[in-house]
Amino acid sequence: MLSSETIAAVATASGSGGVAIVRLSGPDAATIAAQICGREQLTPRYAHYAQFYKIDPKTELATGVVIDMGLALYFKAPSSFTGEDVVELHAHGNAIVCEQIIASACLLGARRARAGEFSERAFLNGKLQLNQLEAIADLISSNSEQAARSAVLSMQGVFSDEVNALLQKLIYARTLLEAALDFSDEDIEFADHDRIEKELRYTLDRLAEIYKVAAEGARMQRGVTVVLSGAPNVGKSSLLNALCAEQRAIVTPIAGTTRDLISVDLNINGVPVTLVDTAGIRSDAGEIEREGIARAETARAQADLILQVLENNPTEEKQAVESGSIIVVNKADLLSEQTPRLAEVVYVSATERTGLDQLRAEIAERLDISSDEQQTPFAARQRHLDALQQAQAAIERAMLQLAQAELPELIAEELRLAQQSLGEITGEFTPDDLLDYIFREFCIGK
Amino acid sequence: MQQQFDVIVVGGGHAGTEAALAAARTGARTLLLTQNIETIGQMSCNPAIGGIGKSHLVREIDAMGGAMALAADEAGIQFRVLNRRKGPAVRATRAQTDRSLYRQAIRRIVENQENLSLFQQEVEDLIVEQGRVCGVRTRMDLSFRASAVILTVGTFLAGRIHVGAENYSAGRAGDAPSNPLAARLRELPFEVDRLKTGTPPRIDGKTIDYQRLQAQPGDQPLPVFSFMGSVSDHPRQVDCHITYTNNETHDFIRASLHQSPMYSGAIKGIGPRYCPSIEDKVIRFADRERHQVFLEPEGLGSHEVYPNGISTSLPYASQLQMVHSIEGLENCHITRPGYAIEYDYFAPTGLYASLETKSLAGLYFAGQINGTTGYEEAAAQGLMAGLNAARGSRAEEPLVLRRDQAYIGVMIDDLVTQGTREPYRMFTSRAEYRLQLREDNADLRLTELARGHGLVDDARWQRFCWKREALAEEQKRLETTFIQAGQYSDEQCIALFGSVLEREYSVASLLKRPATTYNDLRVLSELAPFQEDAELIEQIDIQAKYSGYLHRQQAEIDKSIRLAEMRIPEGFDYQQVLGFSNEVKQKLSELKPQTVSQAARIPGVTPAAVSLLLVHLKAGSALRDTA
Repeated sequence: MLSSETIAAVATASGSGGVAIVRLSGPDAATIAAQICGREQLTPRYAHYAQFYKIDPKTELATGVVIDMGLALYFKAPSSFTGEDVVELHAHGNAIVCEQIIASACLLGARRARAGEFSERAFLNGKLQLNQLEAIADLISSNSEQAARSAVLSMQGVFSDEVNALLQKLIYARTLLEAALDFSDEDIEFADHDRIEKELRYTLDRLAEIYKVAAEGARMQRGVTVVLSGAPNVGKSSLLNALCAEQRAIVTPIAGTTRDLISVDLNINGVPVTLVDTAGIRSDAGEIEREGIARAETARAQADLILQVLENNPTEEKQAVESGSIIVVNKADLLSEQTPRLAEVVYVSATERTGLDQLRAEIAERLDISSDEQQTPFAARQRHLDALQQAQAAIERAMLQLAQAELPELIAEELRLAQQSLGEITGEFTPDDLLDYIFREFCIGK
Repeated sequence: MQQQFDVIVVGGGHAGTEAALAAARTGARTLLLTQNIETIGQMSCNPAIGGIGKSHLVREIDAMGGAMALAADEAGIQFRVLNRRKGPAVRATRAQTDRSLYRQAIRRIVENQENLSLFQQEVEDLIVEQGRVCGVRTRMDLSFRASAVILTVGTFLAGRIHVGAENYSAGRAGDAPSNPLAARLRELPFEVDRLKTGTPPRIDGKTIDYQRLQAQPGDQPLPVFSFMGSVSDHPRQVDCHITYTNNETHDFIRASLHQSPMYSGAIKGIGPRYCPSIEDKVIRFADRERHQVFLEPEGLGSHEVYPNGISTSLPYASQLQMVHSIEGLENCHITRPGYAIEYDYFAPTGLYASLETKSLAGLYFAGQINGTTGYEEAAAQGLMAGLNAARGSRAEEPLVLRRDQAYIGVMIDDLVTQGTREPYRMFTSRAEYRLQLREDNADLRLTELARGHGLVDDARWQRFCWKREALAEEQKRLETTFIQAGQYSDEQCIALFGSVLEREYSVASLLKRPATTYNDLRVLSELAPFQEDAELIEQIDIQAKYSGYLHRQQAEIDKSIRLAEMRIPEGFDYQQVLGFSNEVKQKLSELKPQTVSQAARIPGVTPAAVSLLLVHLKAGSALRDTA
């Protein structure tokens, strides 16, 4: 029994290995992968060296943005792990890269795999032996339990109540619309477009807020970006090299050596952290350096955390320090004994390799990366984000149709899809419930 | 008289007649047993067929060769299309029908059906041998044998009528209940419960002051129910009238409530929320100053009027006073008091999707006995039960319609997987694939399938084949005919297509635009020849407008079809499935779904449980293959 849906997930163990494999399985695996690779098609059983392109959410076409470069392997059905068409995209072992590839695949019609779903398909297509039944069953039930647990965890406080409230709002809007479809011959006053539009507008706003909060949580799992910032030649690049324990950035005593962004991947408490080095900001820079500074400013704006690197203790006049940053005094080895050590500042020496563990601990604390956080499989939460996004897209389409005075049953169809997406987060909902709401709301019956 | 049949149908209502007709159409020797041949095809409640959701069922029954739409066309005296200004998926035909014409039409169709015999006799017992039903015994102790028996006994099982504090045993006003059969069925392992429904008092139309009331004429052009019907089938058309209750009515009802058996606790059964009594409406929606009352003529040959909207079980004297408080009815005469009726139904979760009972092989249920309400719901179940009983008698696989195929599929799936706590009525919002399940395409969805199952005669089949082929040809032509940029003036393009054409478009793609219809294109003579058949043109327009949505739903549907094709072997042991929670084990063991798709819709069954079930079914079949 071949499935009609194409699924995608990271197939390699989480963490930061050298190579990570994103696996696609299902009828559209090859066409989706080919689009990501920017090719017409993929040849089975051939290792394609390819660039993986980001997909534009609007046009659903490949953009010029390259996510990564790697290998694409196409296993044609039935000679594959699952027995379906399978494509493996071998990328560099970075969670952000994998996530972008999966997100692109989802834009092209794939969906994220459920716990144990590849193995399930392999089993259903006779690719696994009968004696593996127990292991597969175990995988499905324990993983889905874990996913459920993590979903509960991730929803705690913020999520669960909010999504339920949102769902109530959406159901209410549907009630107004559906009542007018199923009971139009009743003597009741139906909601006009303005009323439904108001309900949907409110739902959409709440949805955006919830998405923001949820995305925050998911980001913790997906990895975070930390940007090194500071005046030229304070030793940002040295610090980057010290933290990743290799010579990635060119270090010279010349101010303005770093022009373009340089990033390295660190692993802090199991969470991938991308550390970005930027050009030091100064006013008398040349053209190339000015462009570097502009990029640095963009990176700072998008950073989850900024390491504000100084040479000496901060003085208010000298450096305005934003919140969401850690003040790091580098070259601590050069500070005199008399210089007071401030509590809110982390003192390190990139050259002497001192204070680095303290800095890592501080980063972990500021980003709230506690060691048990990594227990929550981020895939579950990511699916919730997808669901929120799908709901949002459906409601937006519904509002557009409402504005264009489209047929009400088409608007209703979009709202059904929106509710179905939210239902994936919260659980069951049968159409009969909708009738319950209608009967409660309106005086129905001849 | 021959005593051995393939299929016996007990009951001559809407479920019973469609069941007997369907079984006989497939060639099964069929016997219809009824208490009273005169009441075959009787409309016990309001004199109307169709309405939103219900008309979809009627068209599906018709597409499968059933009688209901044909009879409604012959008996309809006021036709309307509800939701006319909304889209085609929710558009619904409704006909006010002449009770007596309807009964005559059904009676004629039944009497002329080959392989079908009628017999008037009350059934009192089932003959059960070796765990199978194999016939029935009647009041006169006559035995009739058959390999399948269908019970369509409506409200007659232990029926009890309530009017005020009075109550008595009855099947419907004027007919006796089926008490011995009810007692017998209660001995069998079915989960039995009580439901309630009600009717308003009937009024003598000669005593209504129509001058003061708003008339409601039928729609023009006159709608037609059957794919085989035409406007010329319709009898003379008449108007309905509308009036309203008022504060005086409501005060009076509130003051009389203590006399209502609904409120005194005498009635235990659960009534339908969408068809509440006037007492319920006044209490539950206390702020409403008036409720609508449709004055529906009972027929061309009668003055009786059915005041739809004031169903009541108040005592007769109170009914009279209540009715007299309504505008236009101040001096009216009641011909029959309204009443509430309580009756037995069996939890439909005790049925397979074929409508055969799980606990007694060869026994099928259809209609109100399954907890549904409405002629259309009953007839649709009757059709399927009749077909499947006939197939069962020949040891053939039953036909189970899917949720994406038909409202009939939605209804039966809802009933057997979810059960029902109140009388189940069809609504379009029950169908997740509503955009696919339209009145207009019921034939395209079902006629070929029904023909393959022996339900459709040659005349219908020829008409259908013509339509399908002409449709395909014309759609092909529109897809391969192109309009070039600049071929027509900008003004003409804007008028026809809503915008200037900047590039070449196929005519088919232009028809997807909201403002463009097939008939609009007639001004472009280069595109001739055009089709003239209205049904065909409607179909081209609708399919074009909905195409994007229908396409998008397809993946969802494909998935559900796959799950529907995964059968769960009979006697499958859910206890042995690793990883199932106790709740899931218990639910599935109790409800015994036949396919994974049914299992997936049982409340409490999670997606992970479905995965586990699939894996275990696969393991089971692998074991059997190697054995």
